[in-house]
Amino acid sequence: MPVQCSSCSEKRAVLKRPKTGHSLCKECFFWAFEEEIHQTIVSAKLFKTGESVGIAASGGKDSTVLAHVMKVLNERYSYGLELMLLSVDEGITGYRDDSLETVKRNQQQYELPLKIVSYEELYGWTMDAIVKQVGLKNNCTFCGVFRRQALDRGAIMLKVDKICTGHNADDVAETVLMNVLRGDIARLRRCTTISTDSENEGVVPRCKPLKYAYEKEIVLYAYFKKLDYFSTECIYSPNAYRGYARTYLKDLESVRPSSIMDVIHSGENLSVREGVKMPVQGTCSRCGYISSQKLCKACVLLEGLNRGLPKLGIGKHHRFHDKILSQQPLTEEEERKLKAVDF
Amino acid sequence: MAALLLFVSVSKKCVKCKEAPAALVIRAGDAYCRLCFKDFFIHKFKAVLGKNRIIFPGEKVLLAVSGGPSSCSMLRQVQEGLSQKANKKLRFVPGVAFIDEGAAIGQSVEERQRTVAELQAVFQATGFPFYILPLEQVLDLPASVVATNPSPSEQPASAYKAAVHHFVETDGSNFPRPQEPKKTLLPRVQESHTLMLQQLLGSVKTLTAREELLNTLRQHLLVHTARTEGYSKLMLGDSCTRLAVKLLTSISLGRGAQLAQDTGFSDSRYGDIILVRPMRDYSAKEVAYYNHLFTVPYVVIPSVDTKTVDKASIQRLTESFVTKLQTDFPSTVSTIYRLQLHTCFMHISALNISCVLQVSSDSLAVKPSTFFEASTADSSLWVLIAELSVLHLYYRLPETTRLKSLLCYSCALTVRDMVSDDVFDPFMHEL
Repeated sequence: MPVQCSSCSEKRAVLKRPKTGHSLCKECFFWAFEEEIHQTIVSAKLFKTGESVGIAASGGKDSTVLAHVMKVLNERYSYGLELMLLSVDEGITGYRDDSLETVKRNQQQYELPLKIVSYEELYGWTMDAIVKQVGLKNNCTFCGVFRRQALDRGAIMLKVDKICTGHNADDVAETVLMNVLRGDIARLRRCTTISTDSENEGVVPRCKPLKYAYEKEIVLYAYFKKLDYFSTECIYSPNAYRGYARTYLKDLESVRPSSIMDVIHSGENLSVREGVKMPVQGTCSRCGYISSQKLCKACVLLEGLNRGLPKLGIGKHHRFHDKILSQQPLTEEEERKLKAVDF
Repeated sequence: MAALLLFVSVSKKCVKCKEAPAALVIRAGDAYCRLCFKDFFIHKFKAVLGKNRIIFPGEKVLLAVSGGPSSCSMLRQVQEGLSQKANKKLRFVPGVAFIDEGAAIGQSVEERQRTVAELQAVFQATGFPFYILPLEQVLDLPASVVATNPSPSEQPASAYKAAVHHFVETDGSNFPRPQEPKKTLLPRVQESHTLMLQQLLGSVKTLTAREELLNTLRQHLLVHTARTEGYSKLMLGDSCTRLAVKLLTSISLGRGAQLAQDTGFSDSRYGDIILVRPMRDYSAKEVAYYNHLFTVPYVVIPSVDTKTVDKASIQRLTESFVTKLQTDFPSTVSTIYRLQLHTCFMHISALNISCVLQVSSDSLAVKPSTFFEASTADSSLWVLIAELSVLHLYYRLPETTRLKSLLCYSCALTVRDMVSDDVFDPFMHEL
């Protein structure tokens, strides 16, 4: 006996929502999904009318769905936003070059302006070259740090007021779990906020409209809407520590589906003791980007790469900042420790 | 493993005394001989109590012993501590409480009596007064058990030193003597009570919620016993490994707001009874080594999640995850555990809001006055829950709505698993 849609009771249900278990027809699911994002945007006051917003697009399912939904909601509810696509080319052959083709197609499909920034032009290094030097264990650190800065620089070039990224509920929950496993209380405090607030001139505020959308629902939405997206995993990511948190989260979801929201709830309501040392925001002495140390992490990593000491940015490196700034060479002992391990 | 130990004992000396051959290795590089390990272990216990100056001389402290290795080790440490020379002695008056949860795991009366007899022998050997509490007693608890009683006037840190000084000077003669253990008869349990408890637990659809409920019932029974028998502190035997798993589980269950109370050294949510966790710095490995080397008696009692698959419950899944991760990254347990040092207790005063099951504050607010109005009309909270579960009431009915407004986020999840077949019942979701 076919199941009726639990919302409109007219059409046949074609799917079961992972978040709520309701059986819904396509249209009702689209409506529910889009409405929830609209509620997220409105209740968190993410945007102001007339702002220009850069959508961080990688060509993957999250950013494609984000671009689509932002366009739909912008028209439906007259947000009055000027939308643009912003993409980062990390220089990973076989992965990023293919996904960038998808972004270019998205630009045509959604009729939005597109800007692509690449690691090559910003830093002089592609991820392929970095992995050759660093190996397969700590490469995600490099990519993530560089991408953050790349997005900001791209946003400044595009002259947008805000950036929005496609981080979904699963991503935020994984980040909470990862920070618990790493014992990083400072990040734990910040990672569940839906938007960064920024009074600094050099940094564009960013937000996560998909924060409460389950990854499974995003996939379902993209599938049923027949959206064009690129669905391969990054070839360099299998050894990332985040993988452990992800496996645990997926298992949690299979035991109790609301776990993803529960983890986010825990992260949001964590009460941190007074007097816990938190980083203070300043600027990098070399490139002017925001940083809590003398040198921003990207500069330290770059320095390490350029000097052939890939481990410079991994682990504790505060002592080296002065030496780097004054262009002093490091002692032999220090150099030995920072070289890559032979594998 | 045995080969490694042999290798160690033959060629390695204890890192502390550097004389005796090492008998075991705790962390990488830390090889200890028997006696140095014993000193290290005992010292840690006294240090954690001394640093957190929370147990005053002469205070009555109830030790919650589950029969497992950690809590039995704690019992042994208390014995050791009390029997030492005057200036290094532990100075409180202990009692022991054991909760017989045989009904929860479906044990027969004979099995339960056998377990209890074994433990009784262990307790009698210590000479402390002990209380065997069948879990069924929780059904008779008054609703007031979940209230936060006003704590006795806050004693500042300076009072601790003065109190110790006073105790030493008067030779402890003014303080209550350890009681003679009463001839405790094993309490008789009515079969109807056992049945009711089993119905209550059986009505919970998921193992996760069942374990949470058991935790709550256990804690309430312990607090109630402590109150009625005049104890002001309750010592729990959670080891570091157990607490790290508990922390991660709490996050997964939505209890992030209550981390400091659930996993911290002291938990003062009940006001007059303070829960203390002195075994928090011992990893499960250290406890196991100590118990083995110094023959600490303990009894293996199955629990509701014994021999279940990894994904049977969130607690079980987390335990398996953390222990597996620990093998690849040896600092996992201590890193997770240390997180609770950075969290703080969201203080609740008697007039403030609290969840009735966990007596902790969270973003879902409740007023205790509403609860008391409700409960005096409907007798105790437990009968209310029992009725709900037995009759499978759905969320549309007023009792459930009132109950929902009295619970914090994660307890609402637990109760949802009791009252509804649907894991996605809108009872829960306000999004």
